[in-house]
Amino acid sequence: MATLTQTPPAGPDLETLLTTTDPRRRRTDRIMRVLVIAAFCLAMLPLVSLTWTVVGHGVGRLDGYFLLHSMRGVFGGMDAGGAYHAIVGTVEITLLAALISVPIGLLAAIYLVEYGTGRLARWVTFFVDVMTGIPSVVAGLFAYALFAVLFGPGIRMGAMGSVALSVLMIPVVVRSCEEMLRLVPNELREAALALGVPKWLVVIKIVLRTAIAGLVTGIMLSVARVIGETAPLLVTVGVIDSINVNLLQGRMMTLPVYVFRQYSQGLVPCSGAEGVCIPDINIQRAWAAALTLFLIVMLLNLVARLIARLFAPKTSH
Amino acid sequence: MAQRIDAKDLNVFYGSFLAVADVTMSIEPRSVTALIGPSGCGKSTFLRTLNRMHEVIPGARVQGSIAMDGVDLYGPSVDPVAVRRQVGMVFQRPNPFPTMSIAENVLAGVKLNNRKISKGDANELVESSLERANLWKEVKDRLDRPGSSLSGGQQQRLCIARAIAVKPQVLLMDEPCSALDPISTLAIEDLISELKNDYTIVIVTHNMQQAARVSDRTGFFNIGGTGQPGRLIEMDETRTMFSSPSERATEDYISGRFG
Repeated sequence: MATLTQTPPAGPDLETLLTTTDPRRRRTDRIMRVLVIAAFCLAMLPLVSLTWTVVGHGVGRLDGYFLLHSMRGVFGGMDAGGAYHAIVGTVEITLLAALISVPIGLLAAIYLVEYGTGRLARWVTFFVDVMTGIPSVVAGLFAYALFAVLFGPGIRMGAMGSVALSVLMIPVVVRSCEEMLRLVPNELREAALALGVPKWLVVIKIVLRTAIAGLVTGIMLSVARVIGETAPLLVTVGVIDSINVNLLQGRMMTLPVYVFRQYSQGLVPCSGAEGVCIPDINIQRAWAAALTLFLIVMLLNLVARLIARLFAPKTSH
Repeated sequence: MAQRIDAKDLNVFYGSFLAVADVTMSIEPRSVTALIGPSGCGKSTFLRTLNRMHEVIPGARVQGSIAMDGVDLYGPSVDPVAVRRQVGMVFQRPNPFPTMSIAENVLAGVKLNNRKISKGDANELVESSLERANLWKEVKDRLDRPGSSLSGGQQQRLCIARAIAVKPQVLLMDEPCSALDPISTLAIEDLISELKNDYTIVIVTHNMQQAARVSDRTGFFNIGGTGQPGRLIEMDETRTMFSSPSERATEDYISGRFG
């Protein structure tokens, strides 16, 4: 105690000690701050530019007519045609892909977090990692080959595309759900177990319930990841100009493939004899369809956020 | 409805590591048994074997027997889930379910088990459990608020209400006051002395004054050194343990010479 009451040894007084900062530290802080902000701006640049370009090019042709008409009977530079058949195809195929992948992926994640120990869990993790790296066109070829074996060669149906997308989607669902389930505090599991609740009910009513906001976000991100896939759908589902709502029969159009197809048809040679002829109609349609896809993904994200907020654990407010 | 518990030659393992060795003790019904000892001596591990929560940890296992009124809790036909319904547990940190309201937390043991309960019975159970946990007066006007809106001490009493709503015979408490301030601690200690009229209570505590205040019997655990298993050194009436323990180590620990 005696040492505490003694006057401190002579030297710079307390005020100068507290007010002079290490100039080196201050400099480093400033440099790092600038770097971090610059990196952020650099990351935003392509995003803003992309949004700007897609909206700018697409908004001109995106109207009710475009959204509600197919390409049936549309040719040349006609001022007609839309992406309705592609929207239907994209929504149906992606929905079925989600219906296949979410149960498989979620159950695999539950196995890994709640039950898996030892060799099987390690193998599952390993194969999920491998699946994450599969090129999308290979997934398409896999689905094509699978359906060719099952139904004979030359088979075409929307469900093939869903299977191909599931191959790409399952590892993303497993990974993101696994992360979310691991975030649930172990205390909650133990609290429920100590009340005499069987483990499967703990998983359903405590673990899934607590993590649901994160799970929904993860699943929506995985949907967004596959909804823009082109190659596997081109290989499996193909291209068509009219509306097909039957997933189990025939070719279907999807938005990414529609964009690709319209853009690759390029400019229309107008002779002036056909009446109305817009030379760049195909390119206009491609941009409008791209914007449509963009809006669908954005809508999905908004819905996911809404659900996440609805189910988020109650706070003290 | 309280039961006695007899542990006999109990060895507790984490994988191949022997954490607690050779525990033989009797826990009397309708009394408070305190387990004291330095950190890492295995008292919490031992406590968790009493309601088979120990085996929740991967690789954890138990040798020997624990009998509740003569029935071996580790017998081959015994369901650990049923054991946990008879032997409730309160944890060190208050852990109300964040997705549930205060009332739902109290009813968690019923609701999570998908058991049907009429609205009247549910309200009655909520009231009686919170009443027993000395929390009813403080929360009766905000039963639908989230459990996490309560203070730490209230949350812990909510957890006690949640545990006794399942109507267990034995209540295990793993350092229930270590995260609480003295006033909340006092509230919980009062609660413990009320609850012991109906329940067999086992409490692990680091606070020796607390053990002396609330318990009828005290067991002292100690550890030989790092990597050595913890052992039950001595167990006796709390008064005897704190005035004239028969082991040197107990006396050293209680008088504060180590630990």
